[in-house]
Amino acid sequence: MTSPTTTHERLSPKTESETLTGAEIVVRALRDEGVEFVFGYPGGAVLYIYDALDKQEAVQHVLVRHEQAAVHAADAYSRVTGKVGVALVTSGPGATNAVTGIATAYMDSVPLVVISGQVPVALIGNDAFQEVDTVGITRPCTKHNFLVKDVKDLASTLKAAFYLAATGRPGPVLVDIPKDVTAHQCVYHYPDKISLRSYKPTVKGHPGQVRKAMQMIASAQRPMFYTGGGVVLGNASEELRKLVRSLNVPITHTLMGLGAYPASDPQFVGMLGMHGTYEANMAVQHCDVLVALGARFDDRVTGNLAKFAPHAKIVHVDVDPSSISKNVRVDVPIVGDLQQVLTEMNQVLGELDALNDPHAMQAWWAQIAEWRKRDCLHYQQDDQIIKPQFVVQKLFELTAGDAIVTSDVGQHQMWAAQFYGFDKPRRWVNSGGLGTMGFGLPAAMGAQVAEPDATVVCITGDGSIQMNIQELSTCQQYKLPLKVACLNNHYLGMVRQWQEFFYEDRYAMSYVDALPDFVKLAEAYGHIGLRADTPADVEPVIREALRLKDRMVFMDFRVDAKENVYPMVPVGSGLSEMILV
Amino acid sequence: MRHIISILLENEAGALSRVAGLFSARGYNIEAMTVAPTHDASISRMTVATSGSEEIMEQVLKQLNKLIEVIRVHDLSEGPHIERELMLIKVHAVGPDREEVKRLSDIFRGRIIDVTDRSYTIELTGPGDKLDAFIHALDPGMVIEVVRSGASAISRGAKAI
Ligand SMILES: Cc1cc2nc3c(=O)[nH]c(=O)nc-3n(C[C@H](O)[C@H](O)[C@H](O)COP(=O)(O)OP(=O)(O)OC[C@H]3O[C@@H](n4cnc5c(N)ncnc54)[C@H](O)[C@@H]3O)c2cc1C
Ligand SMILES: Cc1ncc(C[n+]2csc(CCOP(=O)(O)OP(=O)(O)O)c2C)c(N)n1
Ligand SMILES: [Mg+2]
Repeated sequence: MTSPTTTHERLSPKTESETLTGAEIVVRALRDEGVEFVFGYPGGAVLYIYDALDKQEAVQHVLVRHEQAAVHAADAYSRVTGKVGVALVTSGPGATNAVTGIATAYMDSVPLVVISGQVPVALIGNDAFQEVDTVGITRPCTKHNFLVKDVKDLASTLKAAFYLAATGRPGPVLVDIPKDVTAHQCVYHYPDKISLRSYKPTVKGHPGQVRKAMQMIASAQRPMFYTGGGVVLGNASEELRKLVRSLNVPITHTLMGLGAYPASDPQFVGMLGMHGTYEANMAVQHCDVLVALGARFDDRVTGNLAKFAPHAKIVHVDVDPSSISKNVRVDVPIVGDLQQVLTEMNQVLGELDALNDPHAMQAWWAQIAEWRKRDCLHYQQDDQIIKPQFVVQKLFELTAGDAIVTSDVGQHQMWAAQFYGFDKPRRWVNSGGLGTMGFGLPAAMGAQVAEPDATVVCITGDGSIQMNIQELSTCQQYKLPLKVACLNNHYLGMVRQWQEFFYEDRYAMSYVDALPDFVKLAEAYGHIGLRADTPADVEPVIREALRLKDRMVFMDFRVDAKENVYPMVPVGSGLSEMILV
Repeated sequence: MRHIISILLENEAGALSRVAGLFSARGYNIEAMTVAPTHDASISRMTVATSGSEEIMEQVLKQLNKLIEVIRVHDLSEGPHIERELMLIKVHAVGPDREEVKRLSDIFRGRIIDVTDRSYTIELTGPGDKLDAFIHALDPGMVIEVVRSGASAISRGAKAI
């Protein structure tokens, strides 16, 4: 690329000008950006950067065991703190290993800056050693990316990268830096502010639209709030709570929105969608005004689009105009940042003459109470076999609902979402959009680095945990005392469930044979391993794990192999057409 | 319906492939795509001829706007506009055909820009359907080679997009 400086406002540098190498500029820019941790893995193309990192203390580096894990850890660090996560990888295989992590962050709109080494400028395009077209490969799974060919562009490009990652709809930004650029020198100026003529995200909601939306909501007979990851990403939980409480409306969350509104509050009806609660899905299907906030009408949420919320007028607030009316036609679109727009909505609420008709609201809540009686998450407790749901329930109880929970992908992920009630945002960290197995353990590392004193639990499966198991070594090196709770059902359980429901019990390749002894494996990495074989073991094992505050503990729960996640909306069905227990 | 979209974007390496990649990744149609710098060397202007339902076109415009290097997107089909395309066409021209091709070229306001004893190369500009008509007017066996630029378009009136 040519320099982005043509479009940048270069303001005076904070420090007096110094001549630095490209590598030193990278490290200094990270420091000036307030970055405390970088997750990464070295290699030839980034050796100058590692050398520069080694000579200072402000920016600490966490050495993972696989670049995918570096990006997941940085991603979780960001989800927990709200700051931009940073990962550093070498060229070629380092960059390609990072791609799954980048795509995962992209799908869930997580702000990251990923720095990759590249072969020297003169060798680009020559099939040089460890060369890949990193910018080309990551173009469709980054918010934006840069190749920096001149050291003079490095500082301003890094500034742009952080700015782009964190503003508007957040996302990962990759900066590819050829090795020679990290060796070249120039005067270091880190701009305080940057402005790009082609990038101006809308923050404030259109006042007329906000008023229209509030009038529509306040005149509804059966209003329903459906909120998603955008409320968490936009730090708008407070404003959301205020609005939902004032209106006394029911609220459901997507998988990505959990924790934005307290799960323990009676107005919360649980998650919606494919594995959502009966009451949440029924309420969406029967509401007359649906208020979607920072949610993107994913197919796992809507079910069959033609049958989705058939009676509802829809209000949709999103910072990304392309999320609006993409899958579902919206009646009142509002583009803006949720913290800002919800503040505006709360203001307008105070000025409205009348709120919802109390009789209608009473009837609506009575209907919801009826749906709740269906007790859709009920499972049959057993005194021989551990039910996976029971493990999550116990985890919730014994951590007082206050752990940071990361998860992998599969049935265990859904049970975690259904049975761990999150009362606060940024405590539930999972891969929703890409559904990346192998996310959980490195994510728990990033979360533990972010909050060293918090209880961090990774709820995982016997399949997923093996996709980044090598990170147990990283946990040992950095003494990360996180707890892994493996719901070991000996199956790729989610795959098996689909095969049971839709492929006539033909369990092609979903049985996980030759599982390692996870307890011994944990011990081999220097950790503690605990096993629970019967329901009576569950509580003691969790208690013991939590007691060992400064140790990483791997809990292997031998759970029912054939348990299913209910409710389930089969693909192609409407949201109210749930398979129930 | 067919749409002509004008895009102003940063004149940077990679910007073109972002737009092209967007169309292929999201399965949008591209009939033609042209790009070149404008009077401001830091800005390129791209013209894309595409088609799709109203919903798809809404997404195309939003997704284009979302690309960081895109400065402005405008659907020219929404208002009066002028569309032109350049074609260079090489045709067999021997014996009686020589006169015939020249006459046809004149009717279409083409210009013969290269001549050999067996061929003419003709330059023709106009809306796409005029270029199509010229090709159809020729005996198919006569066409040796065709190069078309794809549509360039601009709105009518005094204002820029
Ligand atoms: C096995 C499996 C099963 C699943 N089952 C379900 C299920 O049953 N139910 C379910 O809900 N999901 C389920 N998912 C997850 C699903 O695939 C999607 O990831 C999820 O539904 C998307 O959540 P979201 O709509 O909240 O969007 P997100 O991906 O969280 O997107 C956030 C939206 O908010 C916007 N935004 C971001 N920041 C702001 C801001 N500051 N202001 C305004 N807007 C902002 C973004 O532009 C975007 O449109 C499942 C995933 C897996 C792997
Ligand atoms: C990297 C990757 N490969 C494949 C899949 C498809 N997939 C989704 S869930 C699942 C099974 C997960 O098994 P396990 O981790 O044991 O969890 P369980 O469903 O048994 O709780 C698979 C293979 C995926 N999501 N990610
Ligand atoms: Mg399993």
